[in-house]
Amino acid sequence: MRNAFIKTLVECARVNDSIFFISGDVGYSVVEPFAEQFPDRFLNIGIAEQNMTGVAVGLAKEGYNVFTYSIGNFPTLRCLEQIRYDVCYHNASVKIVSVGGGFAYGPLGASHHCTEDIGILRTIPNMVVSAPGDPLETSAIVRWMCNIPGPGYLRLNKGGDRVIGEMGTILVPGAPREVRAGRDLAVIASGAILEYSEGAIDTLLPGAALYSMPVISPIDALRVVQLARQFERIITIEEHQLNCGMGSAIVEVVSDAYAEGILNRVPCIKRIAIPNRFTSVAGTQAYLRQMNGLILQP
Amino acid sequence: MSMRPIDLSLRIRKKALQLCHEKGASHLGGALSVADVLAVLYGEVANVNPKNPSDASRDRIFFSKGHACSAMYAVLQELGFYSGVEDKFAQNGSIFTSHVSHMVPGIELSTGSLGHALPIAAGTALAAKRKGERWKIYTILSDGELDEGSNWETILFAPHHALDNLVVIVDFNKIQSFGTVAEVLALEPLAKKFEAFRWRAIEIDGHDHAAISAALARAASASDGIPTAIVAHTIKGKGVSFMENKLAWHYKSPNADEYRAALAELEGV
Repeated sequence: MRNAFIKTLVECARVNDSIFFISGDVGYSVVEPFAEQFPDRFLNIGIAEQNMTGVAVGLAKEGYNVFTYSIGNFPTLRCLEQIRYDVCYHNASVKIVSVGGGFAYGPLGASHHCTEDIGILRTIPNMVVSAPGDPLETSAIVRWMCNIPGPGYLRLNKGGDRVIGEMGTILVPGAPREVRAGRDLAVIASGAILEYSEGAIDTLLPGAALYSMPVISPIDALRVVQLARQFERIITIEEHQLNCGMGSAIVEVVSDAYAEGILNRVPCIKRIAIPNRFTSVAGTQAYLRQMNGLILQP
Repeated sequence: MSMRPIDLSLRIRKKALQLCHEKGASHLGGALSVADVLAVLYGEVANVNPKNPSDASRDRIFFSKGHACSAMYAVLQELGFYSGVEDKFAQNGSIFTSHVSHMVPGIELSTGSLGHALPIAAGTALAAKRKGERWKIYTILSDGELDEGSNWETILFAPHHALDNLVVIVDFNKIQSFGTVAEVLALEPLAKKFEAFRWRAIEIDGHDHAAISAALARAASASDGIPTAIVAHTIKGKGVSFMENKLAWHYKSPNADEYRAALAELEGV
């Protein structure tokens, strides 16, 4: 995903001279192509995320569409109030990119577990929150974010992610993408755990549909309500705390639609997510997912 | 249109006093301390355009001590950015919130959470450099907000990127929210701190209009890659003897008697 991100950003920057990229002193062997081709629109700002976010707002006020880039919680929670008040309240064109979502940097410990970002950021007005599931979704969302004003958040995994399913139809940012057709049961995955979900579904839940949900806020309520009509059961799976994640967002939409009479019945929705706890042991991404119960079951 | 700073500063003080009295608002002490800096900056130095507040060639002025909004709303009204602030200030449904709001014409940035404006000002200064723009970026900070680490990230950043178009003015009135700066978290020697971070530091009496003017002129002419910090030594509550150097006037709103007495002092009656 990192490489898809930087490749797409370089392509967009070639034709869009408002694109500006700020790294928080990370990106070795990833971000160099941008830095080399667009030195006037690149900055390694150092390890100072409050300043990074503020500087991005200043640049955005003067017409740039600025991407800030760092690891996990650093470009987000570390400078959360700058994001809320300076970026979102002023509706500044700042896109925050976090590499190492979920347990991507699992062995590095809790400092690098990025597992509350979606919930925290999706409560802030004006913020577009995304967690693509593969490199193609990453590219589609980056292209979109290069062309829209205002705030955005892009949660990436790391390197080596493979393409899941076929893009088939053009991804409409915001809409859940059907990776696999099925009936009765739909699995909705958000972020890099899409790859695991696709692999597990065949053996554990044959016949189930699989959707990727790369944009969590603003959520595509229309399509979520359609899925709620279409399926008896829905399982959501994400590499995020149970509270306030993508699964919660789905439940909110379905509950609200029922309350407003748009739905006359609600499906059974099971949310698979980290059970609202810290993880204090080392482990690979796969290991930490499993120990936190992020597994599909029949 | 320029206005004589000596007239403007009196008008700012009287209007800030009126706003805080009539609407029961706080933070008068810090409005009175910054009035002379605002009067010289807006009245004599800065290029701003009340007819077109977003004029691309304007100087960008960031008011980081957003709580001292009564002074800022006053100076912009005096320049003609809008009228009627005395009716609208802090009232239900009004854009004139009790920390400066970017919904108000002439206000670049909403502030109120301290330590936010300087990084944004630096980003604006960087944009000006990258685009070859000649306008200047002024940022007015309180002393207390220099407790915030975010400012020091930017103080490290600005000289590294040769942002000599960035001017910081610290309204160093020596009193913060719950005590004196010296007691709570000492800043001195502040000018030396800026110099150690590779800034040009200019210490002045922040109520001396000629000194403010000279310091701003020196900052505006900089082309050596060095940003300028003007440490303006000021008096909290300046101009009203019973408010000067009193922590209480960070909070209190003047009652009718206090308002009359303060106005009389300001007018020299």
